[in-house]
Amino acid sequence: MKLNLKIWRQKNNNAKGHFETHVVEANEHMSFLEMLDVLNQNLLEDGKEPVAYEHDCREGICGACSMVIDGHPHGPNERTTTCQLHMRFYKDGQTITVEPFRAKAFPIIKDLAVDRSSFDRIIQSGGFISVNTGGPRDANDILIDKDTVELAMDAAACIGCGACVAACPNGAAMLFTAAKVSHLNLLPQGKLEKDKRALGMVRQMDKEGFGNCTNLGACEAECPKGISLINIAMMNKNYLSASILSDKD
Amino acid sequence: MKINGNVPEGPLATKWTEYRSKMPLVAPNNKRKLDIIVVGTGLAGASAAASFGEMGYNVKVFTYHDSPRRAHSIAAQGGINAAKNYQNDGDSNYRLFYDTVKGGDYRSREANVYRLAEVSGNIIDQCVAQGVPFAREYGGTLANRSFGGVLVSRTFYARGQTGQQLLLGAYSALSRQIATGQVIMHNRREMLDLVLVDGKARGIIARNLVTGELERHSAHAVVLATGGYGNLYYLSTNAMASNATAAWRAAKHGAYFANPCYVQIHPTCIPQSGDYQSKLTLMSESLRNDGRIWVPKHKEDVIAIREGKKKPTDLAEEDRDYYLERRYPAFGNLVPRDVASRAAKIACDQGGGVNATGKAVFLDFASAIQRYGKSSAHIKGIHNPDAATIRKLGEEVIEEKYGNLFEMYERITGDDPYKTPMMIYPAVHYTMGGLWVDYNLQSNIPGLFVLGEANFSDHGANRLGASALMQGLADGYFVIPYTIGTFLSKEIRTPKISTDLPEFAQAEQAVKDQIEKLLSIKGKTSVEEFHKELGRIMWEYGAISRNEEGLKKGRQLVRELRERFWKDVFVPGSAEDYNNEVEKAGRVADFMELAELLLIDAEARKESAGGHFREEYQTEKGEALRNDKDFAYVAAWKWNGWDQEPELNKEELEFKDIELKTRSYE
Repeated sequence: MKLNLKIWRQKNNNAKGHFETHVVEANEHMSFLEMLDVLNQNLLEDGKEPVAYEHDCREGICGACSMVIDGHPHGPNERTTTCQLHMRFYKDGQTITVEPFRAKAFPIIKDLAVDRSSFDRIIQSGGFISVNTGGPRDANDILIDKDTVELAMDAAACIGCGACVAACPNGAAMLFTAAKVSHLNLLPQGKLEKDKRALGMVRQMDKEGFGNCTNLGACEAECPKGISLINIAMMNKNYLSASILSDKD
Repeated sequence: MKINGNVPEGPLATKWTEYRSKMPLVAPNNKRKLDIIVVGTGLAGASAAASFGEMGYNVKVFTYHDSPRRAHSIAAQGGINAAKNYQNDGDSNYRLFYDTVKGGDYRSREANVYRLAEVSGNIIDQCVAQGVPFAREYGGTLANRSFGGVLVSRTFYARGQTGQQLLLGAYSALSRQIATGQVIMHNRREMLDLVLVDGKARGIIARNLVTGELERHSAHAVVLATGGYGNLYYLSTNAMASNATAAWRAAKHGAYFANPCYVQIHPTCIPQSGDYQSKLTLMSESLRNDGRIWVPKHKEDVIAIREGKKKPTDLAEEDRDYYLERRYPAFGNLVPRDVASRAAKIACDQGGGVNATGKAVFLDFASAIQRYGKSSAHIKGIHNPDAATIRKLGEEVIEEKYGNLFEMYERITGDDPYKTPMMIYPAVHYTMGGLWVDYNLQSNIPGLFVLGEANFSDHGANRLGASALMQGLADGYFVIPYTIGTFLSKEIRTPKISTDLPEFAQAEQAVKDQIEKLLSIKGKTSVEEFHKELGRIMWEYGAISRNEEGLKKGRQLVRELRERFWKDVFVPGSAEDYNNEVEKAGRVADFMELAELLLIDAEARKESAGGHFREEYQTEKGEALRNDKDFAYVAAWKWNGWDQEPELNKEELEFKDIELKTRSYE
């Protein structure tokens, strides 16, 4: 199949970007990224610089892909990362628009590659349980109800890609932050620090320039791992009660 | 030359505890004065960096990713082993040790493996304390499942995302140290050289992958946790950027590279579908708990299936060859990976391959669905359930166990594995070989330590499933924090290492020259094409099954390819920019050299062991035939450059606590 690609090119964050159009010959067995590999190979054969885009594991778990395809982060398919999107969902002659994740807190590095280190700084502000290596008690001394673990696991499945931010018209990182807060705050091991965690992570999120949540739900709809909005509600509740208790505010 | 692993004296079971109790320590006030560089942020690197930070060392950690959380440990699916004996099935440290040594076909260092088994339980305790959401039973205790090559259930798991959850645990511990300032994170930096000062590892040259700038970083010791070299085959289950550059550049400074020929080919991956393919996707070994592997017995059925005239479900039981169950009744579908991979290749070579390329076998869940369906109906009190009910209930159990894997399979292939068997084929997955280290995980270069898949130490000639996560975290949390003291305790009087030393300037210049050389060739062939060609040569001559003639031919082809690379590669753009082609060019250049060493090692090892199968050395039944008299050693190669033969150093393997036997899973 022949595809018309409208793809974003931008030298760096300060440069002005633009769309470039290319025709690519693909087949239905390829993944979306393998189709982009073909484009890049064509560009190389013409002595041109390939399109910069981030990818690594190509099995939907590393969270490196960061492109918006026809208006959807990770493309049109539900619960699918870009690397797992396959070309059998496209038709011959179709035009596909590819842009980077766009958000104030994700500055563009080059073409489709963006800087998501703001996520790391949110985790550094409380996305952990304060336990040093060595000396914990036997794992089975902490009994955890199966349903609770399953809920924590649902939240912990976040791959940190940032699709939620790219999907949100406000550029909010609530779903990402809430997923980590829920994962740890639901578990008995994480409860001791639950208020400190919610406060620290939310404050860092605001500091990074992420927008506010207006309960639109685009984040949940576009999340490749199906992280639920319920996490945001739980975090809000937690944050509110922690703010009232905290004497610093 | 003979080398030795510095294994301490004493009985195996108490060796580590005694050694640890007498090990030289570094006082807290001195830790503050000592710097450690950690390269890599996967399970081994992140856990080591976090632990060093907690202990009070000054740590600088490097990753070429944008975030530590992207390291390829994240993709490990099935689980992590630990000898907890929570299932009351007779597990013990000794049994885990024994299974690992046997699984590795008696080519690993006994003392290291015992220590690994000994600390395995601590890892689970540590991870649970960090909040890793391992699967649980209804009573709230931890759940387990089985993996290949063992007869107990000792694998802990978090759905099919165990690696992700363990890495996020280590990443959270690391993040906590970054927040305190004890660890400084350098992301988007690739290590391109090791700097030696007076023969000791004292720093690295790293390239900033956004600006292209070369940076000098110094420390009292350097720890590499940079993963394996499976990507030299181009198609593998590794991530696209996984590479051997950090390890190989250390090897070019004289660090021994051990057993490069031990490569693990994983039996259950989604088969290749075309030339454009960029990677292969693993289907977790845990699927072999319930999936049965087969090919049709009769040629005409094979052809009918390939042409789409028959469906696999059309074949009666007696027309199927469940070849693993037939050949290995004791372990059945749960034989170790090397055995399962070879058996799949044989089944396909004999004409049984079930897809268009003839390179696929079935992994079938129909019996498991029946079995679970019946048992689930019984639990629910449904008497005489009909076929549809059994099927529905059975599929629900399978979904709970493997839902995300089934979903991934369907997303990639478009087939529904609940209704039709999966098609799978072996693919390069893991490398047991790596930089040589002693019992302290120190290489032959003082001050250079190597952890996780990047070292060679624990898996011998074949790694058992769910043991890579165990080793990465054992090295990072529970071994290196102690053993690095054996080196650093002697360095407390060494002031900060200056990056103005001529050794740093020289190393930086060499890196700069190489990048400029690559950019200046301006040939006609892309890096990717060279990489693909290298992969084809290595898969043909140095993969599942090897022979002397092929290995010699492969070596010749790799040498020719390398020559062509340095004349004809095209690397666009500039060095002072975000330039993925510059990154890849350096990595592929290193892969080509390491590939040659792999073939040399494979040729020199005139026996079959684990993942290294030499056609000339097999039993009457076609199993790997070891030669313990001549080859019970670690081959630690010193690379002498492209134009000279590498030098073989041997570390003899001693087995005091285990009897060397022909590995049998029958």
